[in-house]
Amino acid sequence: MGKRSTVIEREEVVIRFSGDSGDGMQLTGTLFSDTAALFGNDLSTFPDYPAEIRAPQGTVGGVSGFQVHLGHSKINTPGDFSDVLVAMNPAAIKANAKWIKPGGTIIYDEGNFSEKNIEKAGYDKDPIIEEKLDGYNVIAAPISSMVKEALKDFGLDPKSVLRTKNMFALGMVYWLFDRKLKYTEDYFEKKFKNKPGMAEANKVALRAGYYYAETIEALTPTYKILPAEIAKGLYRNINGNTATAWGFMAAAEKAGLELFIGSYPITPATGILEELAARKDLGVKSFQAEDEIAGICTSLGASFAGDLAITSTSGPGLALKSEAIGLAVMAELPIVIVNVQRGGPSTGLPTKTEQADLMQALYGRNGECPVVVLASSTPSDCFHFAFEAARIAVEHMTPVMLLSDSYLANGTEPWRVPEMKDLPKINPPYADRNEKPFLPYKRDHEKLARSWAVPGIAGLEHRIGGLEKTVKGTVSYVPENHELMVNLRAEKVAKVANEIPNLEVYGPKTGDLLVVGWGGSYGYLITAVRELQDEGHKVSLVNFNYINPLPRNVKKVFSQFKKIVVCELNLGQFADYLRIKHQEFNYEQLNKVQGVPFTIKDIKEKCIKILEDK
Amino acid sequence: MAETQVYKYTPKDFKSDQEVRWCPGCGDHAVLSSVQKALVELGIPKEKFAFISGIGCSSRFPYYMDTFGFHSIHGRATAVASGVKTANPELSVWQITGDGDALAIGGNHFIHAIRRNIDINIILFNNEIYGLTKGQYSPTSTKGLVTKTSPFGTVEEPFSVGELVIGAKGKFFARTIDTNVALSTQIYIEAAKHHGTSVIEVLQNCVIFNDGIHDTIADKEVRDDRTIILKHGQPMVFGKNNDKGLILEGCRKLKAVKLGEDGFTEKNILVHDTFEPNPGIQYMLANMKYPEYPVALGVIRSVDGPTYDIAVKEQIEGVKKTAKIKCMDDLLKSGSTWSVG
Repeated sequence: MGKRSTVIEREEVVIRFSGDSGDGMQLTGTLFSDTAALFGNDLSTFPDYPAEIRAPQGTVGGVSGFQVHLGHSKINTPGDFSDVLVAMNPAAIKANAKWIKPGGTIIYDEGNFSEKNIEKAGYDKDPIIEEKLDGYNVIAAPISSMVKEALKDFGLDPKSVLRTKNMFALGMVYWLFDRKLKYTEDYFEKKFKNKPGMAEANKVALRAGYYYAETIEALTPTYKILPAEIAKGLYRNINGNTATAWGFMAAAEKAGLELFIGSYPITPATGILEELAARKDLGVKSFQAEDEIAGICTSLGASFAGDLAITSTSGPGLALKSEAIGLAVMAELPIVIVNVQRGGPSTGLPTKTEQADLMQALYGRNGECPVVVLASSTPSDCFHFAFEAARIAVEHMTPVMLLSDSYLANGTEPWRVPEMKDLPKINPPYADRNEKPFLPYKRDHEKLARSWAVPGIAGLEHRIGGLEKTVKGTVSYVPENHELMVNLRAEKVAKVANEIPNLEVYGPKTGDLLVVGWGGSYGYLITAVRELQDEGHKVSLVNFNYINPLPRNVKKVFSQFKKIVVCELNLGQFADYLRIKHQEFNYEQLNKVQGVPFTIKDIKEKCIKILEDK
Repeated sequence: MAETQVYKYTPKDFKSDQEVRWCPGCGDHAVLSSVQKALVELGIPKEKFAFISGIGCSSRFPYYMDTFGFHSIHGRATAVASGVKTANPELSVWQITGDGDALAIGGNHFIHAIRRNIDINIILFNNEIYGLTKGQYSPTSTKGLVTKTSPFGTVEEPFSVGELVIGAKGKFFARTIDTNVALSTQIYIEAAKHHGTSVIEVLQNCVIFNDGIHDTIADKEVRDDRTIILKHGQPMVFGKNNDKGLILEGCRKLKAVKLGEDGFTEKNILVHDTFEPNPGIQYMLANMKYPEYPVALGVIRSVDGPTYDIAVKEQIEGVKKTAKIKCMDDLLKSGSTWSVG
């Protein structure tokens, strides 16, 4: 190990890897965060990539980034501003200049700062000068030429050689943070099991970067972040989509059901289908349908046949599934619809995050058509809420909408894995085969759920469908019957409130300002609120995971604060929903629709302004 | 399908307590009765049948069957049925659909179910009209048909169901006429026994909006001369006096000929091969139209092949055999993990 002249001990640090979408930035970021997690840091990551697989090279539109926030204490967000930026081309400087902390470190690939690339990124001559970054710790590393030199004896074509540039950069960052290379080296050995040459080339590039950083004096200061103090247990890194998929598998195991997913690939939800398709070892039946509608309809068929059935999608796909969700409401079959929200409307911003599908989830169907709506709030609690969504769907015989978003889906964080024995058992309300005659729409008194009569059981033959029915399952156009059934279906969903936890207040239960969020904004909100609390403000946070029905104690919680501000990545959909459900309060709003999460700065500024307003 | 146990059902056992609400004289009544007759013969316990439908007159069918039934939404019965069968391959899954439900709004699901060869039986009621919405043209309406939405005649080419099925890599296609209960019953039995997607086109009469649309071929007086009932291994002979037949002309085209005329004898007549994997002749048979040809009835194509539902089941079983991960706890602890404390 070489000398480290200046070592700065930090509580937390933010690193951003940025380059062309073909530069392998997502892999670089993932390898770095896995290494940090294994070291014991808490962390949060945020991949940010363009919708095009290969957007025009060298342009700002084609920049792909991966931000990692790691720390010695609890980390709830990927961070607003980065301490270290790795820029593989001038466009990466352009895209990130305003997000670097003053005095931060910028490592860039000198070899890629050609006149042409500088011009493509919209600069005249020198991006560093033009962005006024010259006072920062700027390291111009000849990454391209160094990898060419390091790999000259490998007999690789020039393209393959340049593809290892990201590993050279990663090696430099490992030096900067004093991390071991082993995890990454093992990764290459596994990935290129059958191409030992490629494995070796990547390892050589990685080490070359590491030693280069060690050699040059410019790379000081180096950072030191001690492992985080976190609860005992077994940990792993997990992203929201994987956690969601695993939550459903856990629910199936706890319910004694087989899991079926009918789905159509759509960004950013595809990861759920991919993860479940890979889990044949746990018996998952995955059906890649011909379209979004078939995705939910095959699932509904599987639910009718007795499987735990789910479908995954994003906003545009949810629009296509609306009619079938109505059928699920009418047929009163359990099904979970996961909507990994992205920027809309229409195709919108496919790879970016937003929370603007809330009204669609709550109301986007014909007729009086209530469904239970839940929202996950961190990458790892996607597991818990997928499990909850499945539990409620099965035990209450209702469709459940689970809202995630692009930020949760792709973001990762360390997760203490649960033991299956600690999760609750799920009890499907199976029909009693001795009940004669079997009445498909007869309900239990407590939940108002009908029973589940699975084909294959003699004596339970019955018909269900989209037409309004009587309790016997007979089609009925009787006005009073329709009203009765509409009310019963609504009441059934409302009764779920009896089984969900109360809203939790983060901070004192009374105060000057209550920050209200829902779903995926939690990490930014809690970080901002904690900072405000540390600064002496009487601010607390509630973050909703149960959207419909709402927890029972909302009124009690809200009434203890002088002001309420609802923060969400849309134009105020949850605020409007609260205005319908709890009209007695006045709601201020913080909204953002840029396809990116809040920043802690956004939230704090808004809160302070509200607190100062008389 | 289990045939070890004998189930002594009568068609009545498959009748539900619901009053049948189709128009008097509608062809659907006969289809219902043929299906109920066929189910009796299958040796499958009643609780293993699931009838799935979409929207349209025919889609009320499940309500009239005392089996498990799911009346779904327009065009989507194929997808719902695919889910039912994939979830539980032991069920005998029947889809009831119409020309609008299967070929217009549900066209995408229809071709993909066939492509996957999911083991479901699709009974497609083809009356060449939209009945439930009261008389608009459908994707099978003859070009030029005057309807409420084509007051000057349609300007669209119709689909031929058999052509579409074969084009989608279909392995079982049969055609029948609603009024021919004996033939229909036999075809439903064969469709049920076939492993894979079976499509049965029923030429069905809509007594209100398209009355008599199939009369040209189905009328008692003319049907023997204008239709041909194909049977595997039998020469393709038809006509009231069994004096007509089909030959292959120049290897590319079928031709209807009269025996004894122009030197044609039984030797020249084609023999039907239902099980021939190459669909060439079957495709031509499915597309025969009166007056140039008799319209083909019976099982036109029936070819074995792997089915989707069983493939999914077997793939899962295969992976499970050698898998290291046996339960969720195994998965949760697999891969890169680390311990704290």
